[in-house]
Amino acid sequence: MLKYIIPLVLFIIMAVFLALGLNLKPSEIPSPFINKPAPEFSAPNLNAPKEKLTPTDLKGQVWLFNVWASWCVSCRAEHPILNQLAQQNTVVIIGLNYKDKPVDAKNWLNTLGNPYNISIMDQDGRIGIDYGVYGVPETFVIDKKGLIRYKHTGPVSAEDVQQIFLPLIAKLQAES
Amino acid sequence: MKRLLIILFLLSVNSYAVDTRQLSDPKQQESYEILTKELRCLVCQNQTIADSNAELAADLRRQVYEMLEQGKSREEIVQFMTDRYGDFVLYKPAFAGKTTLLWIAPVIFLLMGLITVFFFIRRKNASANSKAQAGSLQIDQDKQKKIRNLLEKGDAS
Repeated sequence: MLKYIIPLVLFIIMAVFLALGLNLKPSEIPSPFINKPAPEFSAPNLNAPKEKLTPTDLKGQVWLFNVWASWCVSCRAEHPILNQLAQQNTVVIIGLNYKDKPVDAKNWLNTLGNPYNISIMDQDGRIGIDYGVYGVPETFVIDKKGLIRYKHTGPVSAEDVQQIFLPLIAKLQAES
Repeated sequence: MKRLLIILFLLSVNSYAVDTRQLSDPKQQESYEILTKELRCLVCQNQTIADSNAELAADLRRQVYEMLEQGKSREEIVQFMTDRYGDFVLYKPAFAGKTTLLWIAPVIFLLMGLITVFFFIRRKNASANSKAQAGSLQIDQDKQKKIRNLLEKGDAS
């Protein structure tokens, strides 16, 4: 009897590991920032380069920090969804224009619509490094106290908005 | 010609991304080279930032360079990177916490393999022995029967 059970058990263990392996996404690296304060920056506004924005300016409200660039193809896929979210007016959306030319970025927003309350510029990618950005687009959810509560890597889909972002935003807005 | 080819071949072994950065202090330069070979390019994942031409890798090399110039130690730079990108950025993750399993897993698997082989061989030996014993007895009995028969029949021809 044991003779049949042992290979079966081994097979089940292997099958479980392989199944887990199939569902892992090596491109999604867990962020070490969850529940940590959003790293500081002081970056120029894309549309008014003389004005600078810092995370402290946003304290007391829940905000999304979306990393985008005009050269980024997946950002194009994500853009209409961000536009829809912006129309609902439920949350402040800040854009991080990552390693982009201001002219290209402005053109992009003019033709595709601008979901961002403010976009800031990170031409040399330093803010990106501080936020552990390794692929665009990425989206962070930051709470009223300035803590990063969630990070999404890759384009945000309509499903993600309904199932993850909106419930989380509602929850964070209820916090004091 | 042959010699030239060999030289070219040997030279090609050390191919890295174009990187002209040079630190004035040779010790820092050494740290720079070690660090860029220990840090993973997160876009390409199976390349170090020294190997990769991805933009992020270039930015991270710049970051390492600048921090060394500011007199930061290697530990400080590694800490800076893991704070932002997690343990995954290290090709050689630290032996602590979550990575313990990663480090000891090969030893566990080796032990499991050795134990399996040990029992397998022992069982095989045991069964081979008992079979050999049983077999030899069997043959003897058969042979004895045959001998007895032959003896009983006598020389019929």
